[in-house]
Amino acid sequence: MAMAPPRKGENYELRQQLNSEYREKRADAIKRVIANHTIGKDCSGLFPDVVKNMQTDDLEQKKLVYLYLMNYAKTQPELVILAVNTFVKDTADPNPLVRALAIRTMSILRAEKILDYLASPLSRCLKDDNPYVRKTAALCVAKVFDLKSELCVEYGFVETLRDLIGDGNPMVVANAVAALADIYEASLNLPDTPPTSPGRSSPPPSSKPNPELFIIDPPTLTKLLVALNECSEWGRIAILNTLARYKALDEKESEHICERVMPQFQHVNAAVVLGAVKVIMIHMKAVTREDLIKSLTRKMAPPLVTLISSPPEVQWVALRNINLLLQKRPGILANEMRVFFCKYNDPPYVKVEKLDIMVRLASEKNVDTLLGELKEYASEVDVDFVRKAVRAVGQVAIKIDEAAERCVGVLMELIETRVSYVVQEAVIVIKDIFRKYPHSYEGIIPTLCANLEELDEPEAKASLIWIIGEYAEKIENADELLGTFLESFKEESYPVQLQTLTAIVKLFLKKPDESQTIVQKVLQAATKDCDSADVRDRAYIYWRLLSSDPAAAKSVVLAVRPPISLPQTTVAPAILEELLAEVSSLASVYHKPAATFIGKGRLGAEEMQRRALEPEEENAREKALQTVVAGQQAENLLDFDADDEPQPSSAGGSQSLSMLGKGGISSSTISNVAKSTNPLDELMDLFSTASMTTPATQPVAPKSTVSGIQGLQDDRQDTNTTHDAFAGLTGLGSPPQGLGDGNGVTSPVQSQGQGQQSGGAQDDLLGLF
Amino acid sequence: MNSVADLSGNLTVAILDVKGKSLIQRSYRDDVPPSYIERFLPLVLEMEEENVQVTPCFSDEGINYMHIRHNNLYLLALSKRNSNAAEIIFFLHRLCSVLTEYFKELEEESIRDNFVIIYELLDEMMDFGFPQTTESKILQEYITQESHKLEVQARPPMAVTNAVSWRSEGIRYRKNEVFLDVVESINLLVNASGNVIRSEILGAVKMKCYLTGMPELRLGLNDKVMFEATGRGARGKSFEMEDVKFHQCVRLSRFENDRTISFIPPDGEFELMSYRLSTPVKPLVYVEASVENHRGSRVEYMVKVRGQFKRKSTANNVEIFVPVPDDADSPKFRTSVGSVVYAPEKSAFVWKIKQLGGGRDYTMRAHFGLPSVRNDEIDKRAPISVNFEIPYFTVSGIQVRYLKIVEKSGYQAHPWVRYLARNGDDYILRTITDAKSSSIIAPL
Repeated sequence: MAMAPPRKGENYELRQQLNSEYREKRADAIKRVIANHTIGKDCSGLFPDVVKNMQTDDLEQKKLVYLYLMNYAKTQPELVILAVNTFVKDTADPNPLVRALAIRTMSILRAEKILDYLASPLSRCLKDDNPYVRKTAALCVAKVFDLKSELCVEYGFVETLRDLIGDGNPMVVANAVAALADIYEASLNLPDTPPTSPGRSSPPPSSKPNPELFIIDPPTLTKLLVALNECSEWGRIAILNTLARYKALDEKESEHICERVMPQFQHVNAAVVLGAVKVIMIHMKAVTREDLIKSLTRKMAPPLVTLISSPPEVQWVALRNINLLLQKRPGILANEMRVFFCKYNDPPYVKVEKLDIMVRLASEKNVDTLLGELKEYASEVDVDFVRKAVRAVGQVAIKIDEAAERCVGVLMELIETRVSYVVQEAVIVIKDIFRKYPHSYEGIIPTLCANLEELDEPEAKASLIWIIGEYAEKIENADELLGTFLESFKEESYPVQLQTLTAIVKLFLKKPDESQTIVQKVLQAATKDCDSADVRDRAYIYWRLLSSDPAAAKSVVLAVRPPISLPQTTVAPAILEELLAEVSSLASVYHKPAATFIGKGRLGAEEMQRRALEPEEENAREKALQTVVAGQQAENLLDFDADDEPQPSSAGGSQSLSMLGKGGISSSTISNVAKSTNPLDELMDLFSTASMTTPATQPVAPKSTVSGIQGLQDDRQDTNTTHDAFAGLTGLGSPPQGLGDGNGVTSPVQSQGQGQQSGGAQDDLLGLF
Repeated sequence: MNSVADLSGNLTVAILDVKGKSLIQRSYRDDVPPSYIERFLPLVLEMEEENVQVTPCFSDEGINYMHIRHNNLYLLALSKRNSNAAEIIFFLHRLCSVLTEYFKELEEESIRDNFVIIYELLDEMMDFGFPQTTESKILQEYITQESHKLEVQARPPMAVTNAVSWRSEGIRYRKNEVFLDVVESINLLVNASGNVIRSEILGAVKMKCYLTGMPELRLGLNDKVMFEATGRGARGKSFEMEDVKFHQCVRLSRFENDRTISFIPPDGEFELMSYRLSTPVKPLVYVEASVENHRGSRVEYMVKVRGQFKRKSTANNVEIFVPVPDDADSPKFRTSVGSVVYAPEKSAFVWKIKQLGGGRDYTMRAHFGLPSVRNDEIDKRAPISVNFEIPYFTVSGIQVRYLKIVEKSGYQAHPWVRYLARNGDDYILRTITDAKSSSIIAPL
């Protein structure tokens, strides 16, 4: 050795003890080494001394030495060889516990040298008499595959593993199934073996096992279904996962699987229950027998409800999954809304999920109870939760027409409390109610306006301004009210500025005589003093419109917009299907496809994702095109009837993801999918059509803007100057104007959310998938 | 291939103290660098600071953090894959209960003192990210606190891999006995006007088994579905289980077929089954309070309790928690029955009644001083909650009809059955009304 180890310090002392002649002293020293490791001290220097103690009858000591090896083998690859002998010997120990321990540890050491010695003990252990050793060895195959897949292929371990599915012991079956699935997963990411070129004599060793090994045939299926009832809870999860992957031959077989899996609903382990739900959701797709589908969905409800009495973290996982299930099958829990009532001491993350589900389950039948409950929540102390409760009242109003009036009543009661954040949230929500039911609840406007001073949040302000603008003709002092916002125009945030601008233009178009000056002022302020390009551009557009053709301006700015609706799903249909196939996984909990949060380290995951979704992509594009066509027709008629409005794109997404989207889940790869949108931005329909048709209007729009700006440069104050460019715009007729309005008036309301992505963007995302 | 779901992927498990420092950790697959464990708490704090909801699972920079809380500890699992979140979270809870059974109390100190055994347990409970044996009774057979320096080495109990993984062979008792406890916890929510808006019964059949050998047990209940199936609907009272969960020892497929509950029980104490009913329940112990709040000087309560159950039954250890403002002081109580204490740490006073007879009602009064400086904050309107136990009584009407015990040695064993109805952890009454008007207090 080049340098003698220091003769002082703890390590020196430990080394002395590890080499002591007394057994107790050595055992004690090993414990101290592990203790040091536990608190994060580096103990790699003691490697040879610890390994010397590997050969012992004391099982506890052996375990500790193994533990040490597991942690430090990597750091001392050339010394690991010292341990090989004992390892190999231990795999033939008379005690099965020792055999299993040895093979388990040996296969996880990341050291080439060890792996070479592993093959024969592993094949022995896979055929061990003792099931404990076999079940341990089964998983070792997956470990070895992870480290060196060629080895598994060379020695036919995967084949052996497959034979173990027929093992008499359910634990062994379960672990074999789990290991196979793991290897299958990993083998998908391996590069294909390069085809042997004729010039080369010996092909390189294959690292990819025969894919046929992973195909589950009907006899295997039978074995799995039998083992399912016999093995431990964790084994059941592994088997259920594999059943989820199984492609049934025909409907009969699907029915059979469903029937056999159903009893698992009664298991105490929540993961088993969710695993069973997953299998049934997948195989139920092939089932056409009405009575069976009915009985399956009926039986699914009680276990799901019972999950709500689990510990909060389990509950949360269950709730996230229930949320997905309800998007696919809204009926399953139709009568169970009460169980989702929030408990006083539920953790906030549970409460939020429950709220969302309650809104999903809201119906004409239970809406009164729900509103009573929401009102109760609105008086709790957790500000965030209170806001969400108020928001939920609004969502219920939009969802259930018959209940809208009652909801408005509740909101008015809440506004009377004068608690600042409650009032602000209520105002925001009421704006949406107006968007759904225009001209229905004008009576409440005075009350809203009375709370003008209470509002200090941009979104609430913008909402109230929007309401004032919409109903400017009915509000006597609209100009006064809007005037107050104009005074502080420069200090306001951009969304508020945009709304102020639009509302005043609306006011002008409705009551031109009284508001000449105010409109001049706002256009001036927006074009001169504002540094947001959005605000400035919109002001220019209005200015030009008003100056060139007020009639056109009127039909643009005051056009009737289609009512908003509450989307039934928060993710695109294709993604929903994918997520449902993964119930209980992280993807289903995040409501995001796996590729959005894993990857990086795992090559090919993204490609796989894309490939898997290609057929859907086609589908989505087609749908988008249909939407465009339908939308154009609708606009040509200038007749926005809610019932005729095509809604395919409403699935584009919104709400509920918001929590997670914001929640620090970095969606690095396909971040857009997850980009949270404002829960209130359900207004997908019009936007998708608008942005999808933009290309048609493009030749006109940019030109007009450009020339508009030029015009302003030419003669700043002279608003009467008409530019030729506008002839194009005015001459276009109604359809594009409707579009312009869609983009110009309502989108600011939308852009209050973080994701300025409007429905159009969402549609593009659909296309992405 | 319709999914990229990973079946496993629980790669690192760690237990962290309240400051986010790792007390003990075990990596099951090598892909997550241990340094990420220390990032967990800073991430949580950052999310809290940014007002983002901290959820049990979240992902950051490609690492998935899954955690549960226990006392002051975080049990954390890290993975890089699309892991089975339900499985992992449930596993962490299991880990927690196994460690609790081993050390009585799972806390920082017990972890530091027992790190060797925890490593052993972690090694045995999960392998390569796949949960293995999590039955603490079985684990205790081969992982014990006394080390095996003795000549006899521990061997894996048969049960680890048996189809009957929860019971070992060769158990002997001189007196063979079984105790059955049917416990029903009632959760309900009463609104301000005294109506029940939500109620459920969470029932559990708990067993204590002291039986020799490998006994086969069959439990007969007055299960409505079975009564109807066997044409016995008319006779006797039956009850309908809405959702039943069984201990893993119960043969689920058998139950699915003919509603027979048959099993080989684990040794000792365990929960055989649990069930849930959402049938409407009236509040067995009904409480209402009226409050006279003179802001800035005092607040007075009048609380009424009523036992709404059969006269021959009695509710024991009734505890009524009535919330008071945080800043209330100098309590004065007057009551005809039981005792009252002020629990400032809970912002409530507790009225304890040892025995409350069915159909009886009692009243108590409380008086608190309030600081003269007005507290402008909104009243936290916590509801009233109640604890109680009513022995020899079930709400659902469940009855144990028989418990058959068959063992090949043919011994006689006697089952003992007890019933108990009690509050669940969510027995809540919002029945605090303002004395002056009949509306709810402090309408914000």
